[in-house]
Amino acid sequence: MAHATAVDYEPVIGLEVHVQLKTASKMFCGCRVQFGAPANSLTCPVCLGLPGALPMANRQAVEFGIRVGLALNCQIAHRVKFDRKNYFYPDLPKGYQISQHDEPLCFDGELQLPIPDATGAPKVCRITRAHMEEDAGKSIHMDASTLVDLNRAGTPLIEVVGGPDLRSPEEAYVYLTTLKRNLSYLGVSDLSMEKGSLRCDANISVRPRGRQQFGVRSEIKNLNSFRAVKAALEYEIKRHIRVLEAGGTLHQETRLWDEEKLETRSLRSKESATDYRFFPEPDLNLFDVPRAWVDGVRAALPEMPEKRLLRFLHDYKLARADAEYLVGDRAIADFYEAAVALLDNPRKVAAWVVVELARELNERNCDLADLKLTPATLVELIGLQDAGRLNNITAKEVFRAMVESGEGAEACARRLNKLIERDDSAVQAAIAEVLGEFKDGAVADLRAGKQAAMGFLVGQCMRKLRGKANPKDLPALIEDAIRRE
Amino acid sequence: MHELLQLDASEAARRVRDGSVPAEHLAQAALAHARATEPRVNAFLDQDEAFVLEQARAVDRDRAAGKALGLLAGVPVAIKDNIHVLGRPTTCASHMLRGFVAPYDATVTARLKAAGAVIVGKVNLDEFAMGSSCENSALKQTRNPWDASRVPGGSSGGSAACVAARSAFISLGSDTGGSIRLPASFCGVVGYKPSYGRVSRYGLVAFASSLDQVGPFARSVRDIALAMKVMAGRDEMDSTTVSNPGPDYPAALAEDLKGKRVGVVREYFDRVPDRSVAAVCEAAVQRLKALGAAVVEIELPHADFGLHVYYIVASAEASSNLARFDGVRYGLRAAAENGIATYVNSRGEGFGPEVKRRIMLGTYALSAGHYDQFYGRAGRVRTLICRDFAAAFARCDLIASPCAPFAAFAAGAKADPLSMYLCDVYTIPSSLAGLAAMSLPAGFDAQGLPVGLHLAAAPMADDLLLASAHALEQDLLADRTLNLNRLPRGLQG
Ligand SMILES: [Zn+2]
Repeated sequence: MAHATAVDYEPVIGLEVHVQLKTASKMFCGCRVQFGAPANSLTCPVCLGLPGALPMANRQAVEFGIRVGLALNCQIAHRVKFDRKNYFYPDLPKGYQISQHDEPLCFDGELQLPIPDATGAPKVCRITRAHMEEDAGKSIHMDASTLVDLNRAGTPLIEVVGGPDLRSPEEAYVYLTTLKRNLSYLGVSDLSMEKGSLRCDANISVRPRGRQQFGVRSEIKNLNSFRAVKAALEYEIKRHIRVLEAGGTLHQETRLWDEEKLETRSLRSKESATDYRFFPEPDLNLFDVPRAWVDGVRAALPEMPEKRLLRFLHDYKLARADAEYLVGDRAIADFYEAAVALLDNPRKVAAWVVVELARELNERNCDLADLKLTPATLVELIGLQDAGRLNNITAKEVFRAMVESGEGAEACARRLNKLIERDDSAVQAAIAEVLGEFKDGAVADLRAGKQAAMGFLVGQCMRKLRGKANPKDLPALIEDAIRRE
Repeated sequence: MHELLQLDASEAARRVRDGSVPAEHLAQAALAHARATEPRVNAFLDQDEAFVLEQARAVDRDRAAGKALGLLAGVPVAIKDNIHVLGRPTTCASHMLRGFVAPYDATVTARLKAAGAVIVGKVNLDEFAMGSSCENSALKQTRNPWDASRVPGGSSGGSAACVAARSAFISLGSDTGGSIRLPASFCGVVGYKPSYGRVSRYGLVAFASSLDQVGPFARSVRDIALAMKVMAGRDEMDSTTVSNPGPDYPAALAEDLKGKRVGVVREYFDRVPDRSVAAVCEAAVQRLKALGAAVVEIELPHADFGLHVYYIVASAEASSNLARFDGVRYGLRAAAENGIATYVNSRGEGFGPEVKRRIMLGTYALSAGHYDQFYGRAGRVRTLICRDFAAAFARCDLIASPCAPFAAFAAGAKADPLSMYLCDVYTIPSSLAGLAAMSLPAGFDAQGLPVGLHLAAAPMADDLLLASAHALEQDLLADRTLNLNRLPRGLQG
């Protein structure tokens, strides 16, 4: 519980997000970019930082960077200039990182968040800059030694620096999910925090509400999930307020989030921060970014989610929450639209995707690509249901089996023995059996006008048929059979 | 000395190609000669006879198999020990790289090998190419073949000395502020610094990336042109190499000096303290005139700041380039109780005093709060120097000057780093501007020591520079009174 304070404090949050770009090869050499290969197997003289080796810039990485910049509504620089950021670390083989200091590839952008600002319009967070750099290797700390894996060294990164525009941990969370959503449309990164292809540092300060000037900020590192970002910010806001309320002074510093203890602790103060001694990278020539290149990249950009959402609402008449879910992942939105192209019933398809498919993804904690469902098999399934050959319950059972097996809906339903046969002799036989069994009970009740007995008889028939009938059809058939007797 | 070693590289390669001289004989001759002269010269840091002979035999086998042989077939070539040769140690004449064996060929090495050259060994340098006398080598003290009490010049001292001593026909050096041209001048051989971007730096251990350039030493301009034909041109491993393939260097030598304009900065000649050195250079300029060139006086108003600019830019880049020598992955690792101490102890023990001085200088120049005052300002003055040259080259095709204020000096004579830095006062400005530049043997000073004439041409005018130097060289060699082709006196008798 937060204690009531005399001053109403307002948090000011800005996030820096590193995005690993999944180019075929590394930023400055020909080594493959791949996660999980044997340690140091994806290396060469360049990314090992051997004496005499020189970098060559990867054009595809720059193009991916431009794609990210355009998707975040940034300006794109007219030339690519790299700088050296000098510091010593065992997993930094050259003793410097090739980065961009004073001329980022992308700058002055913005990201629209699906939450309202004070005026009710969608809140906008500025994107100060997004610059290219190379990743370092990985240090694996053992008891008495440190091992270094340089497979990751030289992997292209783009660092997206958001403006200090977020005002709560919740907004920070929304910013991250929105950023991830938009980047997922570009196909330039795996965007997995678990695998380290998405990393986030958070800058946070607090100030009395209404004041223009920023407070003293801390930078929080070691944030391994969006939830951790939120939790760490919540912790840090409380800590700042506590220090200020106690009359203390905050110092600009870098703090580490401890996932176990759920607290931050100081890593280093501003005074002890490294002087990176940036200077222009003399091993790489400046190269031009012709506007024709940028225009080409822009033209090839997919429809971004903000626009797609509006189209879904307008064209498909979907509920906003459903539409937001669909556009939240490009693969899901693409899947949805492919299905709608096959079956002109957008709301019905949406219901299946938003409820059933979402449940599968959630329960399995996986991506759409991990399921074997295709738009065609889903549409086939809906068709069986519409034709009365699967009922609401069996359709869902077949769905669950299909996402794993990859079968067509009818084949799967047949294998599971759920398909309602067009020949209804099985249904007639089941009805005859049930009417015989409950001749003195439910059947007599029904004849006596007790309509509730019908439900019981329908249930019994469904049980005998193991669900392979449409319960809506049964009352009429049962009445026919009784009349015939 | 075996008579084969008096040939130039072009002629030796021709004989290997036509089968009149087996590459193995040539290699044997060079090895035997090195065995005899090395006790006095001390140029080689690595010379493995089996490695050398195997390359020569491979050339002979290729010939026997009817394969076409390259331009440098069988020619013994020495490599400065900051350029990688696969499977051989690269020391940079430093304790820092103890135990390091090159895991790949530098692009220049690969191109030499492809042309049939036989790598005869790795030669000495000032540690990490930082110095002007070769005395900063942590491993060996190379001597001047003309006078064993004197230095060969630096930093490519071993490269100049081994060619002067006839232990190699051609050698490779690297030039950052004069490291090819100064030792060439001191040792009486031709030393060529190509225009920045002509020759790949891939596999050259970087000192100052925006200035470093690999170049050849030889006893004739013709051999320099041959080496350039083999080595120069775009390399997809070095983005700073220029994309055009460059001229046909040997073919370009046919041009003469008629109608060429030679620029001279009067004070450069007047300022030389040793008048016998100045006289050699002035006589060479008179020869250029006699050969049909016009001599024009030019001014390079900002060139005098070159030395200051150079020591900021080169040291700043070096402080970053040498950060990778940290004791973590290769080379020397000093005993240490933790990670930070590994850095401190390894770098403390591994680097010599001059290297440490430059790393500190460069680190300071790049530090927060000092960047603009030093590195930023140096960059702006460098631009002014480039503009001076651009203006000068609008009025002339070549610039001639002394290569150094003096001939080779005695070992130990310049213990003060600042006096050592002044050796490069004539060579540094052209490095800052990326010019094509060279030292051409032009005569001898009063003590009989070689004196080089410094010739420079606009960036990418390598063909013009070599053609002019070749014309002057032929004229100098034809003058019997000069006896320019004489054997260094340290090798006589
Ligand atoms: Zn690599």
